[in-house]
Amino acid sequence: MSLWHEFNKGIVSRNPLLRLVLGMCPALAVTTAAANGVAMGLAATFVLVCSNFVIAVFRKAIPPAVRIPIFIVVIASFVTVIDLVMNAFAHEMHKVLGLFVPLIVVNCIILGRAEAYASRNPVLASILDGLGMGIGFTLALVVLGGIREMLGNGTIFGVSVVTAAYEPAIIMLLPPGAFLALGLLLGAMNKLTGVEGS
Amino acid sequence: MGELFVIFVAAVLVNNFVLARFLGICPFLGVSKKVETAFGMGMAVIFVMTLASVGTILLYNYVLVPLNLGFLQIVAFILVIASLVQFVETVLRKTVPALYKALGIYLPLITTNCAILGLALLNVMKSYNFLKSVIFGLGAGIGFTLALLIMSGIRERLEFADVPKSLRGVPIALITASLLSIAFLGFTGLIKM
Repeated sequence: MSLWHEFNKGIVSRNPLLRLVLGMCPALAVTTAAANGVAMGLAATFVLVCSNFVIAVFRKAIPPAVRIPIFIVVIASFVTVIDLVMNAFAHEMHKVLGLFVPLIVVNCIILGRAEAYASRNPVLASILDGLGMGIGFTLALVVLGGIREMLGNGTIFGVSVVTAAYEPAIIMLLPPGAFLALGLLLGAMNKLTGVEGS
Repeated sequence: MGELFVIFVAAVLVNNFVLARFLGICPFLGVSKKVETAFGMGMAVIFVMTLASVGTILLYNYVLVPLNLGFLQIVAFILVIASLVQFVETVLRKTVPALYKALGIYLPLITTNCAILGLALLNVMKSYNFLKSVIFGLGAGIGFTLALLIMSGIRERLEFADVPKSLRGVPIALITASLLSIAFLGFTGLIKM
């Protein structure tokens, strides 16, 4: 169990979105463009790393009976921080992500890592775990956002990638496209890695 | 009256919490394997959503705003929702054991349902008054239950379908949700917001 492994596992082998199927609400809602995926992923990464850090530092002082409320308050505080910071310095993006920045509080990835990892592991390993999971989530959001943006708008990160003959399928930017793209992406991941769906 | 009706219909059909707003996807996929459990979960969500909507809007309008603590809304709301769920659970166990048994394990799960916190935040964002929040909460809960019930009905039949191996489970459920969502797109334009 090297530190590198703690960091690495969140990116592919235990990717929170594509492997553990956590954090689906923001993944479906904000991925109308690849850039939104980056912003959402980074916001979640910030909260993950900070909450993992604080919880790992205080892991021996937190009484087990009330640990979940304590985790939630810690997470909610960092979410408030990133919500206010984004509102001040990235106002346009904050408007696009809307409700889903404050909703990072109830993102199962973050509470899941606090409970399953940070509350029983040393500080440095917990930070790396949070960072790896956060980056894995961000990458998954960018891939999903990229696919939807390309099919629905003909661009990736705002740069046109298709010929004029391609008629963008608006449906990919609407809610049905989100469900379809994530469903097929998960199916493709299962196929590629040889895992059968449950 | 007309405005309240519009808010209700919009929450149930047009901006369905699950299929158009992507709130509460985890329970939507997690407990939609059987119609029976979906119904139990749906009832619990309607109940808690309406109460949470009332609780959080009162807290926001009469405590946070007068004290100038609006920035604490995320922390305050999540604590209200968590304690409300706990409270409802205790009260139901003492007073209506039958209902408590029926809702059973679904109640604690609701705390982490992002649809509830989302509802509370939407109420504030849209600056709804007390009555509008109640109607919005009720409509959102019914909309969630509607989507959950339809989904569970389809998934019971999917059990007998020959689904490609790598699509079994969550992927095919998402593709089903996509088709359902297309159907719900048909309600767009039903009312003008």
